[in-house]
Amino acid sequence: MVSATVRKPRLEEAADMPAHAASRIRVEHVSHGFDAPTGRLEVLENVDLNVAPGEFVALLGPSGCGKSTLLRLVAGLEPASAGAISQDGTPITRPDPSRIVVFQDPTLFPWRTVWDNVALGLQAQGILKQEKSRVDAALRKVGLEGFAKAYPHQLSGGMAQRVALARALVNNPRLLILDEPLGKLDSLTRLEMQSELVSLWQKNGFSVLLVTHDVEEALFLAQRVVIFSPRPAKIITAIAIDRPYPRHRDDPVLTGLRHEVLNRLGLGKNW
Amino acid sequence: MSASATLERLPATKPQPELPGISVLTPPSTPPSKIAVAAHAANSASEKIFRFHWFGLLPIAAWGLLGALTLAWPNLPAGFEDWVYTTEFGIAALAVAALLAFLTITASIHIGPLQHAGAIFRHGTPWLAVSAIILAAWEILTAKTGVLPPPFFAPPSSLIDVYVSDYARLADSTYNSIKLLLEGVGWGAAVGFTIGVSIGWSRTINYWVHPILRFLGPLPPTALLPIAFFFFPSSHAASVFLIALATGFPVAILSWSGVAGVNKAYYDVARTMGASEWFLIFRVAIPAALPQVFVGLFMGFGASFVVLIVAEMMGVKSGLGWYLTWAQGYAAYVNMYGALIVMTIIFSSLISLLFTVRDRVLVWQKGIVKW
Repeated sequence: MVSATVRKPRLEEAADMPAHAASRIRVEHVSHGFDAPTGRLEVLENVDLNVAPGEFVALLGPSGCGKSTLLRLVAGLEPASAGAISQDGTPITRPDPSRIVVFQDPTLFPWRTVWDNVALGLQAQGILKQEKSRVDAALRKVGLEGFAKAYPHQLSGGMAQRVALARALVNNPRLLILDEPLGKLDSLTRLEMQSELVSLWQKNGFSVLLVTHDVEEALFLAQRVVIFSPRPAKIITAIAIDRPYPRHRDDPVLTGLRHEVLNRLGLGKNW
Repeated sequence: MSASATLERLPATKPQPELPGISVLTPPSTPPSKIAVAAHAANSASEKIFRFHWFGLLPIAAWGLLGALTLAWPNLPAGFEDWVYTTEFGIAALAVAALLAFLTITASIHIGPLQHAGAIFRHGTPWLAVSAIILAAWEILTAKTGVLPPPFFAPPSSLIDVYVSDYARLADSTYNSIKLLLEGVGWGAAVGFTIGVSIGWSRTINYWVHPILRFLGPLPPTALLPIAFFFFPSSHAASVFLIALATGFPVAILSWSGVAGVNKAYYDVARTMGASEWFLIFRVAIPAALPQVFVGLFMGFGASFVVLIVAEMMGVKSGLGWYLTWAQGYAAYVNMYGALIVMTIIFSSLISLLFTVRDRVLVWQKGIVKW
């Protein structure tokens, strides 16, 4: 909450300029597990991870390895069993609008119009009346200003996920947490949305923590790819991707990196 | 008939969206000359704003026939003075036929605001015809032939007598029934909804209230009637309580299931954006549960009608249920039919009203059932 006063943007800034800061996230020695009917289920094992302010980090690993759980811990939706997670030096104990999650499903509220869905965060924080223009600005950012009055069931999958992005961006997050946000889209829409994600990140300057199991997506988007082992998830390695944006999918450096990443995931023979 | 439909529907100037029915009406195997003739006729017809609604002749004929047979066919002597209002009923049927003739002509004019009203009328045409046939069969089986004998059966014409001669008592009963019903349903829906949302939201409340609900809920409220009349200061208060109980149970169960079934991800989304507990209940849980709540209200309404009528038959000194037992006491079966028809209209209207409200509130749902 300390940070809220720092980043409070003026109206004009909210519309156009990435005036708010990005967060530094520290994950230190975090382990986590659940009590399942069959016994204790360990999900994360001694995970250490730093996200520098404005950095785009992708978490890559086999399905069900616990990456999404790590995101929930960083979001503050659940407390970690062991270890410490902090945002700009402050321990994360509960959810906060400065860290917004976009899930694999758009999870739009079907009873709200697109505009009201995007307005959700501002309404929850009790500042909607003063900050209405931020909703319109967020819809413009994702190119859906013409669909403000539509209901979610009238949208395509890609449009719904754009609305979910707008609903996240309207809060001016300093960390955007993306849990396989493009996982359920068709491949063409996914390519389009990947480029949009990059430009949204560049314009807004927030930090990004992305979970995906699409190697190409991770390489196309992130500055650093962190590779996890199967459950309980441990970090195997992290690979820095020092390529300029916008990237090209046929970039030979990326192709080489893809081979390396697949090797690290134990899938080298399938290449 | 099919020929006229073809003429009316053939796209003449404007290309219209292809309806499944059209291909059946105009198969491509039709000889070219016929198509040409039909298209030509349709062309000139659609340019005119007047296209006669031929099918409308059917209800006119049916109502005319009903009027004619009521007037011309003498009533079977029933052992007491003749059925009253037979002539008036016949004349009324003829008047309806005349009105239908006017409406049929109006529905043939395809212009401006008349188009929508005309479409509604054309849609209702088969029912208008069938209702006259039903009334005619009823009149024949009772007054004309006595197949269904008095005093247990009465012709539709005699119902007019009930509404004219016993107007005051019936209106008073109707008013009291509606008042009692709405009072009970109002309390039941409000309390049931609050309980349902509470046990769906709070584990503690769920722990204490759920077993009670589970134990007492399935008990038919009518079984409590004798006790309730004893415990409550007035039969009115007892009836309100029982109607509320009948309404409240399904509303509580379905509100609960609605709140419990809300996608947990909705809460995660709202919480990451800084939502308070109040926000989660009133802006997430309740709106998401509303479709279920309306199912509960629908079921609760149905149960409340049963309790209302039984309570009025047993102890309340006014109302439509009371009217039924009163009419039975005097062997006034015609009055009973009259009261039953009023009941049907009121209960059906209340359910329609509920569905109208639901359609407004749940406009965001797709594939919503039309009542």
